[in-house]
Amino acid sequence: MAEVIVRKLNKKFDSNHVVKDVDLHIRDKEFVVFVGPSGCGKTTTLRMIAGLEAITSGDILIGNTVVNQVPPMDRDIAMVFQNYALYPHMSVASNMAFGLKMRKFEKPEIEKRIKRAAEILGIGELLHRKPRQLSGGQRQRVALGRAIVRDPKVFLFDEPLSNLDAKLRVQMRVELKKLHERLAVTSIYVTHDQVEAMTLGDRVVVMKDGVVQQVGEPLELYNTPANRFVAGFIGSPAMNFADVTLSGSNGKLWAEAPGLKIGLPEPLAGRFKGGNGAKATMGVRPEDLHVAGPADPAELCFEVEVEVIEQLGSEILLDTRAGNSTFVASVEPTLRTKLHDRLKLAINPNRLHLFDAETEAVI
Amino acid sequence: MIEGALWRKWVFYNIPLILFVFVLLFPFYWMIITTFRPDGELYKPWNAVSYQPFWTNNPTLEHIKYLFEETSFARWMFNTMFIALVSTIISLFCGVLAGYALARLNFPWAGSLGTVIFVTYLVPQTLLFIPLAQIIRNFELGDTPWSLILTYPTFLIPFCTWLMMGYFKAIPKELEECARIDGASRWKAMVYIVIPVAVPGILSSGIIAFTLSWNEFIYALVFLSSPDQKTVPVGVTSELIRGDVFFWGPLMAGALLGSIPVAIVYSFFVEHYVSGLTGSVKG
Repeated sequence: MAEVIVRKLNKKFDSNHVVKDVDLHIRDKEFVVFVGPSGCGKTTTLRMIAGLEAITSGDILIGNTVVNQVPPMDRDIAMVFQNYALYPHMSVASNMAFGLKMRKFEKPEIEKRIKRAAEILGIGELLHRKPRQLSGGQRQRVALGRAIVRDPKVFLFDEPLSNLDAKLRVQMRVELKKLHERLAVTSIYVTHDQVEAMTLGDRVVVMKDGVVQQVGEPLELYNTPANRFVAGFIGSPAMNFADVTLSGSNGKLWAEAPGLKIGLPEPLAGRFKGGNGAKATMGVRPEDLHVAGPADPAELCFEVEVEVIEQLGSEILLDTRAGNSTFVASVEPTLRTKLHDRLKLAINPNRLHLFDAETEAVI
Repeated sequence: MIEGALWRKWVFYNIPLILFVFVLLFPFYWMIITTFRPDGELYKPWNAVSYQPFWTNNPTLEHIKYLFEETSFARWMFNTMFIALVSTIISLFCGVLAGYALARLNFPWAGSLGTVIFVTYLVPQTLLFIPLAQIIRNFELGDTPWSLILTYPTFLIPFCTWLMMGYFKAIPKELEECARIDGASRWKAMVYIVIPVAVPGILSSGIIAFTLSWNEFIYALVFLSSPDQKTVPVGVTSELIRGDVFFWGPLMAGALLGSIPVAIVYSFFVEHYVSGLTGSVKG
């Protein structure tokens, strides 16, 4: 059990600066997910915590000890790799025993731990098989088992589910969550899948171009994204963005774009410090759009043309266009509409986001 | 397999295959038949009445007997085996370590060093034997098995290094990283994980190195002179070709018996050998 603290962590590959001044404090027993597009530095950060990659500058502490120069074997961590990295020449049991043998555990203790891990993961019958005789899901479990038997201070996961098919991935995701609750070990998990990040993480670290964009609980990221990138990355279907020009008239702040004129609600308008004609990006999530009814004030409504209708059963996703901006709206499954119909959509005013056009930071 | 009409299958698949197998196996057949053919048949002119080039009705062991009784063939076999085994072991040991280092340790110029090592393999033996002869003389190793055991690695080590480097590169890095997180040092990760996974590659390079040293001719011809020290290829050709007289029967018997150990080695490891050359590592 341990905290992991990362201070001003940097990594350069020659002239390529891939991790920039990362600061993190991962609490004991916490499940933290690093998420971001490929090449954002999340895996490199994880590998530096594991000791597989040298640090260019900064500090990493595991359980209050600076481990910058400590080799991976002495960091008391366990890692699950994307391709599982099972030792192909060893049986499942030997794969799980390897780490314990290297640490000179007694044989009865090794057997006890393997038995316990096999029970937890339901791989009792597979212990004598070789990795090539296992399915993807089974390999994944063995890789987890190999990490569990070690009883390490920290678990590291490097995209462990991305080689599984979609259905199995959902199932393993749930199992991972249960496993973490049961074992309560500090865990760091890297993924590019924001759904995995949202469902698994106690906290999520969103990274882009080697820089941490925002750290927070999943709903915090969802509801109050720090910038346009986080807003667009978290949530599926993604947030709608429209480039707007801001102007004040009749004591109100208006966001305007061709085919679009929205009166901004008060708290948001109050936060805006720019002058008339300032550029900004307006963001609204598909679920915060609905077909306008008589109760919706006109300043929050705009007219769109339906371009694509996606029937998902529990909801309908409408891909629509207003001027040169496109909006995806998640609407009631009972709505009847046709392609090229013109509809009036209304925005939930409390859920409207505005981002600075230059810095992309939230306003 | 080739899809489609039967004639296509024959023209593009069966007939080329039969031709290929024939070209490949006929010399062996010829070697075997000559070994067991009595001298009387061997030296019969081709236009004689009962000339039978592809078969014999009077098989004999006289050539094999001659080989073992009149020449030091058994001694040559032993010499060849000893020299090939020891030089293969030395070369494999160095090749595996060097190949691992070039593939996995990120030191500067690892790539160009790998190329340079390969280039040394390309230096023809027909040039290299001249300076090597000088060295062998300086160390007073001439006419001993050690003259070959120590010179064969000059071409075997680059070869093994190159082959093993490619094989190690194909093994996922994560295996080793995982072992290192599991508590193994770099050395232990290599010994317990990487080398066992690389066994097919090691066997392939071992087999090829063994065959190369088994069949090696020039160095053996230059560095060994007394009949008791010779290897099979040199012994057979120097003792059984006297002037312009070819003792075809014993020559072929020597070639046949000399190729048996190599054939046995291949047949034992053929599966590993193929998977080694095709570089398949199942995760």
